[in-house]
Amino acid sequence: MNLLRIATAGSVDDGKSTLIGRLLYETGSLKDDQIEHIQEKSTSKGLDHLDFSLATDGLLAEREQGITIDVSHLYFKTKKRRFIIADSPGHIEYTRNMVTGTSNSDVTLLLLDARKGVIEQTKRHFYITQLLGIKKLIFAVNKMDLVEFDQNIFDQIKKQIKVLIEEQNTKDLQVYFIPLSALKGDNLLEKSESMKWYSGGTLFDVIENISLEEPPYKENVLQVQTVIRPKLDEYHDYRGFAGKIKSGSFSLGDTVEVFPSGTKTKIKSIERYGEAKLKVIQGENATLLLEDEVNVSRGDSLFTSSESLIATKTIKAKICWMQENALSIGSKYLLQFGTNKSLSKVTDVSERINVTGNGSEKATSLGLNDIGIASFQLANTIQSIPYQKNKSLGSFIIIDINTNNTAGIGFIE
Amino acid sequence: MNILKQLEEEAIYIIREVVAQFDKPALLFSGGKDSIVLLHLCHKAFLPARIPFPLVHIDTGHNFPETISLRDKLIDQYQVKLHVGLVQDSIDQGKVVEEKGKYASRNSLQTTTLLETISELKLDACMGGARRDEEKARAKERIFSVRDDFGQWNEKLQRPELFDHLNGTIQPGEHIRAFPISNWTELDVWEYIRQENLEIPSIYYAHERPVFKRDGQLMPVTEFQQIDPSEIEIQSVRFRTVGDMSCTAAVLSEAEELDIIIEEIRDSSYSERGARMDDKRSEGAMEERKKIGYF
Repeated sequence: MNLLRIATAGSVDDGKSTLIGRLLYETGSLKDDQIEHIQEKSTSKGLDHLDFSLATDGLLAEREQGITIDVSHLYFKTKKRRFIIADSPGHIEYTRNMVTGTSNSDVTLLLLDARKGVIEQTKRHFYITQLLGIKKLIFAVNKMDLVEFDQNIFDQIKKQIKVLIEEQNTKDLQVYFIPLSALKGDNLLEKSESMKWYSGGTLFDVIENISLEEPPYKENVLQVQTVIRPKLDEYHDYRGFAGKIKSGSFSLGDTVEVFPSGTKTKIKSIERYGEAKLKVIQGENATLLLEDEVNVSRGDSLFTSSESLIATKTIKAKICWMQENALSIGSKYLLQFGTNKSLSKVTDVSERINVTGNGSEKATSLGLNDIGIASFQLANTIQSIPYQKNKSLGSFIIIDINTNNTAGIGFIE
Repeated sequence: MNILKQLEEEAIYIIREVVAQFDKPALLFSGGKDSIVLLHLCHKAFLPARIPFPLVHIDTGHNFPETISLRDKLIDQYQVKLHVGLVQDSIDQGKVVEEKGKYASRNSLQTTTLLETISELKLDACMGGARRDEEKARAKERIFSVRDDFGQWNEKLQRPELFDHLNGTIQPGEHIRAFPISNWTELDVWEYIRQENLEIPSIYYAHERPVFKRDGQLMPVTEFQQIDPSEIEIQSVRFRTVGDMSCTAAVLSEAEELDIIIEEIRDSSYSERGARMDDKRSEGAMEERKKIGYF
């Protein structure tokens, strides 16, 4: 059995939380005491049906306002697969939380209201999924019950989305379009009786069968998290460089290079939690022991040489800005690339991208929820690779040095 | 990669980040199954070295004795230091007042003792075994959750958490709570216990004990509460979560083996925290407690 991570997207009131709550209910993931609780709350709100959004909106403020403010993580399974849903907020004010939810997902489930079709927030969220390199998208046209399950309306919306995709000019997208009613349950688990004209799969068919295999990246990189040095007699000379294989793989005896020092050595042994291994692959944690005594510390990388990894002190990146205080030319920030950090200065803000329309405009700063392009001068040399080439190595977070908050995310161009 | 392995890799990556990014981390250890799993993950993360941080146990004084004896055994086994923060001390010093009445529990009093222990030990990161599938407020919390000078969680202004870039930069006085097993479900924890052959307190297995009914739940009889002897019955029960004795309900069960417990949990129509009276106090009971510094 494998695990599929899904993030939701779409505007406020498109019925995301209701849809997710319903998915949990239909898969038997809500327990009796939770259902009783929802029943009670729904009745006290004067509803004659179960308000499934109550299953996911976990904060008091969310329940009070009837909106989702932050990502909720929900877990369910079917006979075929396990799922984690990051139910993300639709409101523009909480875009950063939507980005958080989407960044750790394989698939985005983008909801639309059948009565409204493609709106600004659809475009914004679609743009963000493409910025994050999400290749699998499900466009769920919800509230079909409110448009009399009209095929023409669905086809129109589908056409609008196709235009959107063409405009972005993104390749190898895997896209699904499903007309549904989260409230009534049409095309969730069961094929809708009211939409016999729809020949595609239900939402369940799609999420259960969507393929997950991703080829590993060509670059072989382990970023050191911590150096293990047991203060025990029998391990006197032990120096284990522990970290995650961010990309590619390593085998016993491989020649590796240390970044940034450039020293070359060989892998003497590979351990995973105290056990010797011959090979470790992308996504696994490993402890590498090296033949020579080399200077390696946290934030350094062990890698096998590759033309795509560029040592540099300047980077240009697409930025999604997530705080009130604007990003502007001359400001200093701490950039964090996995376990590696470097101070930096913004040398240029070249444009602000109009995510809901076409093209971009000249800009000198980026405000909350803006997406644009900026360049940085770094204090330390880093290994740079474009995000679209290697999703595991090509992104970084921007930390505000005054507040320590995560102020934005960058995707190396 | 199978799911348990994926979850193990994710958890150990987080544990190593905590150790690398903070000066004085600690593991909040309750003695329950989740913290036992987390302790084992911490052990694996630094092999062949020992766990490079202490355990902190906030002791309500109302523990199941089985939990405490296993705790002490595990400390020896993993050769790790233990600090105990006593809720009784906070009561004796007049910092908190014991609750009264038939629903009295020391659960919420723990927060004060926890925050004092954190400041006394100058901890800047506390790892806990909380999981997002447990409770709706927990489903909202980040892996690295920043707490202010007062230990408060600001649920409306959480840091965006992107990919695996965990931002542990904090101001003096602040600390973070880190949750390495956030994405594990209750069943994952049980399956991991089986896979790694971990010892858990015997009260998780079916045993006979005196219990009494309170609001439809079976509560263990303790010396801390006054119960009418006519209410007491002997039943074969086990516990699904292990918290303070005064707020943890038992479930009827004959399951004496791990395999059977796992089957029971798989088929259960009740949620794990359905047996926690501390969550039933109000609509946002967990959130309210988290905002003032609870786990």
